[in-house]
Amino acid sequence: MFRGIEIMKATLNRLRRSAWINDYGMALALVLLAGVLSWLTIEEQQPVGADAGKRLASRIGKASEEMEGAEKPLQALIIGRTHQESVEFVDALAKGLDRLGIEVADQVNGEPSDVRAALESLQQKGVKIDWIACDSASLNWGVISGAPDRFEIASGARILGPEPYLWPNFLKLDNLLNIADQISVIAILAIGMTLVIITAGIDLSVGSLIALSAVTTAWWIREHGGEMAGALTLWVGSGFGIVLCGGIGAFSGWMVTRFKIPPFIVTLSMMLVASGAAFIIAEGRSINEIPDGFTRLGRGSFFMGLPNAAALTLALYLVCHWVMSKTALGRYIYAVGGNPEASRLSGAPVSKTLMLVYTLSGALAGLGGVVLASQLKSGAPTYGLMYELKVIAAVVVGGASLMGGEGRVFGTLIGALIIAVIENGMNLLGVESYTQKVVLGGVILGAVALDRLKRSGGH
Amino acid sequence: MSNAPSLLNAEQSAGDRQIPLLEMRGICKSFPGARALHDVAIHLGVGETLGILGENGAGKSTLIKILGGIYRPDAGSIWLSGKEVRFESPNEAIQAGVAIIHQELNLIPAMSVLDNLFLGQEQRGMFSRIGTRFEKDKAKAIFSTLGVDISLQKKCRELSVAEQQMVEIAKALLLNAKILVLDEPSATLSSNEVEKLFARLRELNAQGIGALYISHRLEEVFEITQRCVALRNGELVTEAATGDLTRKEWIEKMVGRSLEQEFPRKDSALQVSDEIVLEAKGLKREPRVRDVSFQLRRGEILGITGLVGSGRTETARILAGADMATFGEVYLNGKRVEFTQPGEAINAGVCLLPEDRKGQGLLISASVQENFGLPSLKSRSRFGVLDEKLELEALERRREELQIKMASPRGKIRFLSGGNQQKVALAKWLERGADVFIFDEPTRGIDVGAKFEIYRLLRQLASEGKAILMITSELPEALGMSDRILVFCDGRVAGVVEDVSTATQEMILNLATPQSGKFLNEGEKLDVQRD
Repeated sequence: MFRGIEIMKATLNRLRRSAWINDYGMALALVLLAGVLSWLTIEEQQPVGADAGKRLASRIGKASEEMEGAEKPLQALIIGRTHQESVEFVDALAKGLDRLGIEVADQVNGEPSDVRAALESLQQKGVKIDWIACDSASLNWGVISGAPDRFEIASGARILGPEPYLWPNFLKLDNLLNIADQISVIAILAIGMTLVIITAGIDLSVGSLIALSAVTTAWWIREHGGEMAGALTLWVGSGFGIVLCGGIGAFSGWMVTRFKIPPFIVTLSMMLVASGAAFIIAEGRSINEIPDGFTRLGRGSFFMGLPNAAALTLALYLVCHWVMSKTALGRYIYAVGGNPEASRLSGAPVSKTLMLVYTLSGALAGLGGVVLASQLKSGAPTYGLMYELKVIAAVVVGGASLMGGEGRVFGTLIGALIIAVIENGMNLLGVESYTQKVVLGGVILGAVALDRLKRSGGH
Repeated sequence: MSNAPSLLNAEQSAGDRQIPLLEMRGICKSFPGARALHDVAIHLGVGETLGILGENGAGKSTLIKILGGIYRPDAGSIWLSGKEVRFESPNEAIQAGVAIIHQELNLIPAMSVLDNLFLGQEQRGMFSRIGTRFEKDKAKAIFSTLGVDISLQKKCRELSVAEQQMVEIAKALLLNAKILVLDEPSATLSSNEVEKLFARLRELNAQGIGALYISHRLEEVFEITQRCVALRNGELVTEAATGDLTRKEWIEKMVGRSLEQEFPRKDSALQVSDEIVLEAKGLKREPRVRDVSFQLRRGEILGITGLVGSGRTETARILAGADMATFGEVYLNGKRVEFTQPGEAINAGVCLLPEDRKGQGLLISASVQENFGLPSLKSRSRFGVLDEKLELEALERRREELQIKMASPRGKIRFLSGGNQQKVALAKWLERGADVFIFDEPTRGIDVGAKFEIYRLLRQLASEGKAILMITSELPEALGMSDRILVFCDGRVAGVVEDVSTATQEMILNLATPQSGKFLNEGEKLDVQRD
């Protein structure tokens, strides 16, 4: 009996101490969270787009083979609405039916009145309709369900729409891309914050730097052509915002190393300075004179539909992970955070490392500002409000210690994802935004408490 | 071991026929993957000081932590004055009269001495006022019996380590402790401070207070204790009156094998060359370093000793570029150098092994590999990219050479024993390479076996033509290892022991204490004026 308990205890302890749990515990939490959210948001989904069109075509094809007595070739009327997905659906369906030897008498993308007009014209021509194929929304229109009674040509028509299926709202591609879009900016900032926190510092200025970078970039573009600005101007403008923020970061680093002012104070001051500067440059308004080309970064997508911003974020994480684990600089950053005096006595360039880390944090905040400006196609001094706190939360949930010396960039990415997924999940479940704040606060506290428990548990 | 109390009582010395102050019976404690204590029984009579001997990892600290209510034993019981007790927290142990003075000090640096003394047991005056005359008088009384003179208003961070330790001891005495546990109390105390501590301890013994004394400094244990127990690998191997076994026998009990000698012999064929590698001229950095001059030769182990606060460590920091001197010059291989950062000194071939291993010597929460590689990162990376394979190979070589016991290079260094931690700290400098090695208390808090290894390494470095500066508070170590000894006093070199073979501890102590002004050798006319 006791033996059994002891074995269990030992196993638990081993589990707690094992590197696997330490390294991937948070990733596991993220997967669990995603699983739970998927389960909670399972709903009947209406298929849309080209894919749904193809599938419906083959269903009609199969059903047509079994139809006897109808004169061939069969005639079909295809109905959809005017938006992009529905147009794709109708086109794919038409092509599919054509391939199966079913003639498309007419295809309509429009309102119920357009459908009525189409039916009337077919009536005049005297074309007999065997199939009415609709997308999921038009399936419920009265004009369609009433057609067999009202129009003689449609009296033998069978009405068919795409088959609904069960799928979690959370796991819909749209939703996942939405999450990726939303966390890009925070995740980019969190890289810099991770480095700063590993050195036992903090950078409160990043939220304001977003605004400053977005405003200066937008201002530069406006001053150099506005909506007619060329690609070079966009690059230079973005570079200007990023370098400016990097410079402010460098200044913070210099104040921290040269005057030994606590990073909290230095970056708090810079937060105010940067925010004020953003308002001055933008004259308190938002700058919108930006060409459409500028949105490529924030709204465009890479191959397979991966948003550019998400791809950029991922690339930055890979680079940073490599720097932290494979280069001398990475070692210095951990060392300086673990014990600055011991590092100095071992010959590590403590001041240089700190300067670099704050510069990077500033520059990455600048990049985040450019991405946000690109997503929103404008630059306003109100951007990035309270972002610093979200970013710090992501880093801390990701397992970095505010005492310095510990933390991983991919941990931070997972931390950012956990927060984004929880927010997204609450939106999908219709949780009120005030309640969301309460839950999020609790989650951050709980995650960190669990982490501490895990770390002290081994002894 | 038998746990029968009757047997224990029979063994007790004549002075305490009463029920023993403390009995710990059949104590067992395991940690995941390690057995720390197995069936250990000790007892402590009224007014007795019991020495607990053992190498690092023998289980001394665990035993103390169980007594102090920090750990709960897996089996066994604790009896105070014949009553069984169970401590659920450190506070319960304190309330029961067990005061533990830990190796690491627990004072709050930004608070005054007085506030630290009465922290948690403030003697409130009118309107809850603290810092009352009553408190001050009580504190002064304790200090005067301890023979220390520390201003009550001073902030603790302004005190030397030795002074802080005295405050800690005074605090325990204020708690009316019945059992005083001293865990390496002398590690940071100078000889005369240890003498004062012992005098106080004897007084306390006379008042019936018992003490457990744990130290790596065997001379002190033998001086202060009447009876000792030796632990090895979590088991009690010997219990005897201190004088019944010789020093050598006690060490053999602790290490579990016979010990040939304490210090590796110097190869008599090797002569220290005349070539001066490092020279300091009139170094000054107030308040600790007043006027320090000396020469260090190739192949020499130059011992530096002196009281805590005599400026030894501060001088070492100046030489290694950690601090800058306000006056004076340093010559390295005949060339004037002025280091503003340790990195510059390291590049020039001067490295420092700091005395505070956990605070300055190592990144205690980092891995062995990271600690080992830190000074050599530049040379091992190309365009900033680290060649980890090279690093691991180097670490493996040093691990074998120095016999470092560790689970894996990626393991955290804090899980290593003190001796192995120090070996890693040494290995990183050996790997980096230097002409001048400054070792500040290289064997502090390290068990006997590891000490010998480190001594051997020092000898080897010297024979390879390196110059070694070894700061130590342990006079036998200074006498056993050095070619010459500098004795520091009050920020100055009070004298140089040229011939170590004829020197004695008394001669060195004489030089190290401020009231004496004698020179040892006629030839050494170093300035020892005092203001």
